[in-house]
Amino acid sequence: MIAIGGVAVRVNTADGDFLAMLEDRYAGFVSAEACAEFDFDVELARPAFVDPDADVRVTYGSGRWFMERGDFRAEWDPATRRGWIRQSANPYSIDAVLRIVHTLVLAQQGGFLLHSASAIRNGKAFLFAGVSGAGKTTISRLAPADATLLTDEISYVRKLQGSETGYVAFGTPFTGELAKLGENTSAPVAALYLLAQGPENRIEPVSASDAGRELLANMLFFAEDQEMVHWAFQAACDFVHDVPVYRLTFVPDGRVWEMIQ
Amino acid sequence: MSKKIYVARSPRIAARRLGEEMLVMSGQGSTLFTLNPTATILWQAADGDTPLDEIVERRICSEFEVQPEEAMRDAEALAEDLARHGILLISEQPIPKPAASVQEPR
Repeated sequence: MIAIGGVAVRVNTADGDFLAMLEDRYAGFVSAEACAEFDFDVELARPAFVDPDADVRVTYGSGRWFMERGDFRAEWDPATRRGWIRQSANPYSIDAVLRIVHTLVLAQQGGFLLHSASAIRNGKAFLFAGVSGAGKTTISRLAPADATLLTDEISYVRKLQGSETGYVAFGTPFTGELAKLGENTSAPVAALYLLAQGPENRIEPVSASDAGRELLANMLFFAEDQEMVHWAFQAACDFVHDVPVYRLTFVPDGRVWEMIQ
Repeated sequence: MSKKIYVARSPRIAARRLGEEMLVMSGQGSTLFTLNPTATILWQAADGDTPLDEIVERRICSEFEVQPEEAMRDAEALAEDLARHGILLISEQPIPKPAASVQEPR
C-alpha cells in the first residue's frame, strides 16, 4: 500500500519486479498495515512511444473517472473504491495517477495538491509556492537542520473537518529537482509564502484576491469537470481566508530561514 | 419603447469576494476572472427577475453618479461582454433559476 496524506492506496500487481520498483520509489510511504481506502489493479503493457508533451486528460462519466496520458490509461470508480491502470513498468505513470486521484479526493474535502515546497519548523508547517524557477528547490536545499522537509515540489494540503478548523500539510513522495522524498509526517499549516528571488530577504503581505489568484495558479488541477473546478475555486478562497499568505522575496542563502519560524 | 433586458448569473460560474475584489471562475476551461466594481454590482444584482434598466437606475447610477442613458449603454455593453465569457446569461424574458440538481458522490 502507498499511503500519502493518510490515504492508503493498494496497488495490485503480479509483477514482482514492478512491485520492488514501487517499494523503492515510494520508500517511507509504503505500508503493509494501513487500511486501504482505494484499490488499483495495474496491468503492465509493453513500453510504447510516448509523446513527452502529451497532456493528461481527466474526465467523469457514468460514475467513473477516466484518466489518460500518452503513457497510461486508468479508470477509477469512487463508489466501489476500485480502479485499474494500464501502463508500462515505470514509476512515472502510476505517480501521475496517484496525484490525480489524491487531487480528486482532496478537492471534495476542501484540500488540494499545490506546486510548493513545504517544511515543518517548531511544529508548524510552512508552504513555499511558485512556478518552476521561483525557488522551491532552493529554499528546500537551504532548510536548516531543525526543519523537516515535507516536499520540494508538491505539497499535500488537507482541510480539517468537523469541529476542527485549519489545514494540515503532509509529506509527499512527489519530488522536484532535489530528488529527495519528503518525510511522511504532518503539521498544521501556519503560512503560505509566495516565492520570489530578489536582492534582499523580505516578507510582505499579499491582498486576499492576489493570494487567491496565485494559489489557484499553483494548484494541481486535472479534471475537465465543472463541479471539480468549483470545488477547487472554493478551496482556494477558503484557504486564503483562513491562512496567512505572504510574498517571500529571498536571497538564495540560509539567512532566509531566520524569518521562517 | 425598448425591450427589457434581463440578466442572470450563470450557474456554471463560481464566485467569491476576496478582500475588495470579486473573483469568478468558469467551470468550463477553468478560467479565472476578476470583476471591476461595476461588473461586481451587475453580477450581484443579476437575479434573472430584475430588468437591467432597474439595476442600472437603482444600483449603478446611485453608486457612480452617472447619467442613466450613459450608464445603460455601458451596462448593456458590459453585460454582453460578461455573457460572451459565460459569466452572465442575457434574455429579453425573465430568466428562471436553475433547479437544484442532485449530486452523486465522486
